[in-house]
Amino acid sequence: MANKKLGDTRKGDALLVPVVAVLLGFAVGSVVVMITGKSPLVMFNAMLQGLTGLNVARGSFNPRYIGELVIQALPIILTALCFGFAARTGLFNIGAEGQLMVGSLAATTVALLVRAPAFIHIPLVLGAGMVAGALWGAIPGYLKARFNVHEVVVTIMLNYVALHMNNLMILNVFGSVDRVKTAQFPQSALLKDPWLESITNGSRLNWGFVPVLIAIVVYWFVIEKTTFGYGLRAVGYNKDAAKYAGMKVNRNIVLSMMIAGAFAGLAGAVITTGTFSFGRALSAAEGYGFDGMAVALVGSNQAVGILLAGLLFGMLKAAGPLMQSNGIPKEIGGIIQASIVLFVAMKYGLERLISVLRLRRDKASALPVTGEEAGV
Amino acid sequence: MAFIIEMLNIVKDFPGIRANDDVTLQVEKGSIHALLGENGAGKSTLMSILFGLYSPDGGSIRIRGESVRITDPNVANELGIGMVHQHFKLVHNFTVTENIILGLEPKKGPVLDIKSAAVKVAELSKLYGLDVDPFAKIEDISVSMQQRVEILKMLYRDAEILIFDEPTAVLTPQEIHELMGIMRRLVEEGKTILLITHKLKEIKAVADTCTVLRRGKLIGTVPVAETSEASMAEMMVGREVSFSVDKGPAHPGEVVLEVKDLCVKNAKGLLGVKNLSLSVREGEILGLCGIDGNGQTELIQALTGLAPIESGSVTIQGVDITDLPVKQRLDSGLGHIPEDRHRHGLVLDFRLDENMVIHSYGSEPFSKHGILDYGAIRKNAERLIDEFDVRSGRGPDTKARSMSGGNQQKAILAREIDRSPIAFVIAQPTRGLDVGAIEYIHKRIVAERDKGKAILLASLELDEILDVSDRIAVIYGGEIVGVVDADKTDENELGLMMSGSVRKAG
Repeated sequence: MANKKLGDTRKGDALLVPVVAVLLGFAVGSVVVMITGKSPLVMFNAMLQGLTGLNVARGSFNPRYIGELVIQALPIILTALCFGFAARTGLFNIGAEGQLMVGSLAATTVALLVRAPAFIHIPLVLGAGMVAGALWGAIPGYLKARFNVHEVVVTIMLNYVALHMNNLMILNVFGSVDRVKTAQFPQSALLKDPWLESITNGSRLNWGFVPVLIAIVVYWFVIEKTTFGYGLRAVGYNKDAAKYAGMKVNRNIVLSMMIAGAFAGLAGAVITTGTFSFGRALSAAEGYGFDGMAVALVGSNQAVGILLAGLLFGMLKAAGPLMQSNGIPKEIGGIIQASIVLFVAMKYGLERLISVLRLRRDKASALPVTGEEAGV
Repeated sequence: MAFIIEMLNIVKDFPGIRANDDVTLQVEKGSIHALLGENGAGKSTLMSILFGLYSPDGGSIRIRGESVRITDPNVANELGIGMVHQHFKLVHNFTVTENIILGLEPKKGPVLDIKSAAVKVAELSKLYGLDVDPFAKIEDISVSMQQRVEILKMLYRDAEILIFDEPTAVLTPQEIHELMGIMRRLVEEGKTILLITHKLKEIKAVADTCTVLRRGKLIGTVPVAETSEASMAEMMVGREVSFSVDKGPAHPGEVVLEVKDLCVKNAKGLLGVKNLSLSVREGEILGLCGIDGNGQTELIQALTGLAPIESGSVTIQGVDITDLPVKQRLDSGLGHIPEDRHRHGLVLDFRLDENMVIHSYGSEPFSKHGILDYGAIRKNAERLIDEFDVRSGRGPDTKARSMSGGNQQKAILAREIDRSPIAFVIAQPTRGLDVGAIEYIHKRIVAERDKGKAILLASLELDEILDVSDRIAVIYGGEIVGVVDADKTDENELGLMMSGSVRKAG
């Protein structure tokens, strides 16, 4: 009895909050759709179509939607792994966007300058993206460990540095045909595959999902199964206890930021050589970093959670055009995303709500017994 | 005699637990009424209800015979109920008077009238023998003076019912004695005092009546004069408790832990430990006692590698560990039970089994080639849980956060003893624990001594120091002001040394 307290969790509760948050998010979306005078069923039909390719209303099937969903999900899953990895070490890495951009720039460099067969070229391109992301992540990590500079400030600033460095290099070093992009990459550097495109009815699906799946497995394995991950989690939960136990806290901070950066760098490489086939100059950040934070939050920084949340957010993005074509503003997808994040952020409130509801239920079922006792 | 406070059949539920179950508390006007119970017995909940912080789910409250609903602390204030919190709520760079009038500043027109307030404070101080200077700044006065300011704050607000929440935790024996005098004086002037405590000695010394709670239930209300400490303890714990620590004479051997001329800076950048030397021999417990904030924390952190050493040396069995990082100190045979178990001792969000290998996860059998072996980690936890009787909801899978303080401390103790260190630094091992857990932990510490370990025991509880230690070193202002044999000293002598007024070479 003494162990039962307010906020006590039961098994499966870790899953309960995100699921409830997602349901509430969709409920908010439905209400907004109703306010605009449309039926939420149309919205759900569009989403189902985005998820499975099935159009229930018309009874048709188009696998292109599945391919587009995966394309939308890949980079934000990786940036979520980036944010999540640092978060498990107690760091708030807002720098996924910048780490992604330097990864993309490094991938562009290797794709354009190296000549090699595909089975060497592709790993080199992806590896270059990861190394660049890791080095970019090492900067805030080192500043934090050595001088206790807060990583939020450094990573935000480095995002701008990365953006402008990327544009400078693309436009002035590699040369651009139209002030937007570089020359086409050679085929050997690309993750694109006509076969994948053909089976998904002309979507942009490419082999990028392979390194992403590997990244998810690596994330899970390193964090949950290795001594290194144990040390990182200990530092993340309680730096003082980690120090007391003799762990190298500062070294862990730098390494954690580097690994996080490598995930984001990989995202940059996958986008550049999978979704696109050329280096791009960007007018502004594309928001992968922030989407990744949202995905990591909804996925509770767990590997499987991030995979599922990434697919969910990918679906919401992919369903946008579909909703648009059915007369529902595509911004609804953004509203649902934002609501889900808000509800997850209200984790404590949701947990309390669940806990109170349970107590009521327990009380209700216990009442007849006490009634009998009182009667005796 | 009339009851000034009547809390009748109070019920308070929190999700999953009934914190107060049909508790009735009746306090006579002009008496000192103690509320006794272990941690989690429901004392704080009951007082929070009286002070308007929680609303009860059942029962009624009557103050001076009238039924009242105390919906928030302002209502409590209006009813003349005041509380001296365990952690003082004072503005440090304000004067005593400024702190006391905070919230109901007297005004002359639009201008603050501090003079008349100071006069009133001085009068109150004199009436109750508090001896407080109305113009002193809080940061310049001692902890016991600060506590008196808290008392004055309530008196200034015409409180008739004063709730003291564990008031002696921060005081020296002499100061405790003075506080008891003040409490008696308050009662003579017609005030009523509710004393929340788990220290039986104090109840015996000052209280008239004692109400005992256990696990949310009322066990009984007894007249203190006719009840022995042992029977009150039994009411509190639910079984017989032994107070004296069962231990034979020490058989000290060679010096194991030696500290020479140690200087350590504190958080303010000043020397918190000054030229401190001490030595602990194998098979003995050296108690380190002093008033909180006299360098104990700095000393312990320096010994264990959590704070840098300015100068001086620390050796274990002749091996110099002064400049070693934490890990290598631990490998040299140092054990450490940290003073703050939540901050240093445990990763609260880790499971119990993960916490049990916090030092050793990197070596076999708990990991091979950098891969954790959760089977071995679990087995280790099960063995220690069994051996040290660590109780938790879900065994090795329990999150450390959801365990009770006593079991958290047992888990740390189990982990550290299992490492089998030769020099053991133990700080505040029983802070905030209940009688049963304290008894167990003391027994274990003595058992380690008998195995030939050198133990440095730092504690703010004088009883603990006197009961468990073989020799006692007193620290004051970052220096050791005396070392005495535990069986040749008493509270009075230690108290005088702790306040810096007596020095004694040992």
